[in-house]
Amino acid sequence: MAVVFERPKSLADVATHYCPGCTHGIVHRLVCEVIDEMGIEGDTIGICPVGCSVMAYDYFNCDMIEAPHGRAPAVATGVKRTNPDKFVFTYQGDGDLAAIGTAETVHVATRGENIVIIFINNTIYGMTGGQMAPTTIPGQVTQTTPYGRDPELAGYPVRVCEMLSTLTGTALAQRVAVDTVPHIRETKKAIRKAFENQKEKRGLSIVEVLSTCPTNWGMSPVEAIKRLQDEMIPYYPLGVYKDVKAEGGNK
Amino acid sequence: MERNLMKGNEALAEAAIRAGCKCFFGYPITPQTELAAYMSKRMHKAGGVFLQAESEIAAINMVLGAASTGVRAMTSSSSPGVSLKSEGISYLAGSDLPAVIINVQRGGPGLGGIQPSQADYWQATKALGHGDFHLLVYAPASVQEMVDMVVTAFDRADKYRMPAMILADGLLGQMMEPVSFPEINANAYDKSSWTADGHKNKRKHHIINSLYLKPDELQNSVYERFERYEKVKAEETDAELYLTEDCDILLCAYGATARVVKSAVNSAREIGIKAGMFRPKTLWPFPVKEINEACKSAKCLLDVEMSMGQMIDDVKLAINCSKPVHFFGRTGGIIPTPAEILEEIKKVGGAE
Repeated sequence: MAVVFERPKSLADVATHYCPGCTHGIVHRLVCEVIDEMGIEGDTIGICPVGCSVMAYDYFNCDMIEAPHGRAPAVATGVKRTNPDKFVFTYQGDGDLAAIGTAETVHVATRGENIVIIFINNTIYGMTGGQMAPTTIPGQVTQTTPYGRDPELAGYPVRVCEMLSTLTGTALAQRVAVDTVPHIRETKKAIRKAFENQKEKRGLSIVEVLSTCPTNWGMSPVEAIKRLQDEMIPYYPLGVYKDVKAEGGNK
Repeated sequence: MERNLMKGNEALAEAAIRAGCKCFFGYPITPQTELAAYMSKRMHKAGGVFLQAESEIAAINMVLGAASTGVRAMTSSSSPGVSLKSEGISYLAGSDLPAVIINVQRGGPGLGGIQPSQADYWQATKALGHGDFHLLVYAPASVQEMVDMVVTAFDRADKYRMPAMILADGLLGQMMEPVSFPEINANAYDKSSWTADGHKNKRKHHIINSLYLKPDELQNSVYERFERYEKVKAEETDAELYLTEDCDILLCAYGATARVVKSAVNSAREIGIKAGMFRPKTLWPFPVKEINEACKSAKCLLDVEMSMGQMIDDVKLAINCSKPVHFFGRTGGIIPTPAEILEEIKKVGGAE
C-alpha cells in the first residue's frame, strides 16, 4: 500500500503538551517537513523560547538549545557566528519576541543575522495563563486586561513584520496563518523560503504565523479559528512585507 | 622570555585569544572598554569572532549560544553590566556550559562611579544570578596574573563544565605592567557527548537546557552539580601566603588591594610588628585550608577591601570565627593607602 501521509522524520514521535485545538502542532510539523525536504536535520540547531513552546526541544529531532525569555535571537547569533555553515532557527511566541526580547529581535535583524525566526502570534501569553501580550488587540479581554485592552492605559499592539520590514538586514518578513488548508500550504511555502534564504546567506528571515489559543481565549477550537479570521487577520493583514530575493536585492 | 608592556584590559584579551577563545561578545562600559577594542582588532585575524552586541544581556546570551556548540567563548564588562549578565550566567550554570566572564569592577551601587572598587565580591561569589549554583572566581593582583588566570579559567571552565569569572578592578584593568605570555598547550576536552552543533544524523539529538519541571529531576541535577563543586573545592583553591609563618597579625586582601597591603605589611615589619598577608587567588572556591594555615600564629586578623567589607564574611567563616577579625576599607572608588593600613595595623595589631 502506498504511504501518502506520515510523520516527518525530524518531528519526534511523542505526545506534545499543547492544548487541544492549539496550532503549535501544525507549525511544528511544517517546520519539520521543510527540514526533511531540504535534508538538513543533521545540520540544524533550533532555539526554543520561554513560553508555550519552551519544551519544543523534546519535539524537534535536531539539536536544540533552550534560551532565556526573549533571548533566542542572541543565542542563535552565538551559534550561527561560530557555525556559519549550520542552519539555525528560533521558535518564539509574541511575548518572548515582541515584549521582553524586542531589543534582541530588532538587532538580529539590523545585523542581517543569517537565521530563521518562526514567530507565533496568538495575541496572548499562553504558558502563564492568558495575560496581555504585546500583540493583544485593543478591546481583547485577557487576565491582565479584564475590561478589554484599553490603549489609553496599555498602549497599542506591535506589528512585528511591518516593523522589521523597515530594516535593511531583514531578508524576508512575511505574515501567514494556519486557519485553513490553503493558508497552511502558504505557511509552509514561507517557511521553506526562509530556510532557502539562510542557505543562500541572504540575512534574517522571519515568518509570523497567526495562531490560536482556544484555552486562554476561552473558546472552542472552531470558535478560535473564527476569531483568528474575523479579528486577527483584519488587524494583522497577511502578506509579504519584505522579500529581498523577490525584489532583486535590498533597496 | 619576551616581555611586553601591556594594559591589564588588553592583556586579558590577548591571553584569551592565546588560550583558544574563539569568540568574544561585548558591550562598551568603562573601565573595561579597551578589552573589547583589542578584541575587535585581533580576533578576526586570529580566526575568531568579535561582535559588539546590542546589550550586556544579548552579549552573554551570544556566549551561551557559542558555548552550546563547544566553542570557547568570553564576554567582559564592569559592575553595572555584569548585573545585566546575571540572568545569562545563571542559565549557563544551569545548562552546564563552560564560558569565561570578566568583571573589571567599578564603584556601585547603581551607576556608581568609574574608579576601582571591590564591591562586587558578594555578587561574584554568592549571587551572580538566581538559583543554587557557583561559578569559579579568580582574583588577579597583577597584569601577569590576569594573563595566567584567563588561561586557567578557560581550562577549568571546560574541565568542570561551569562558567568562570575573572574578578579584576579598574586599577588592574587600566594599569600597564610588563607581561610574558606562556606557551599554552591547551588541554583538549572532549565535548562531543553534549554539544548542540548538528548531529549529522550520526547520533541522537542533544538538548542544552536548564528547565526541569519535575522537582525530583531538578533536585537531582542540582545535586549532581554540587558533587562537582565539592571536587572543585578540594582541588582548585589557590592563595598567596606572605610572611605568615610567625605573624601576630594576619592581613587579608585580594586583587589590587593586596598590593597596597603588602607595602603596609613590609612597613609594619620594619617597625617590629609581625604582620603577614593572606591573599586568595581564588575567591570561589575560597582557600579555607590556606587561610587556616596562614593564621596559625596570628592573634587577630585584619581584612582590607575596597568595599564596606564583603570578603570578611568568608574570612570569618573559613576560620570559624576562632580569632577576632577586624576590618578596614575604602569604597566609592578610593584606593586605601599604605599609611592608612599601617595605622590600622598599629591600632588592632598591638604596637604595644
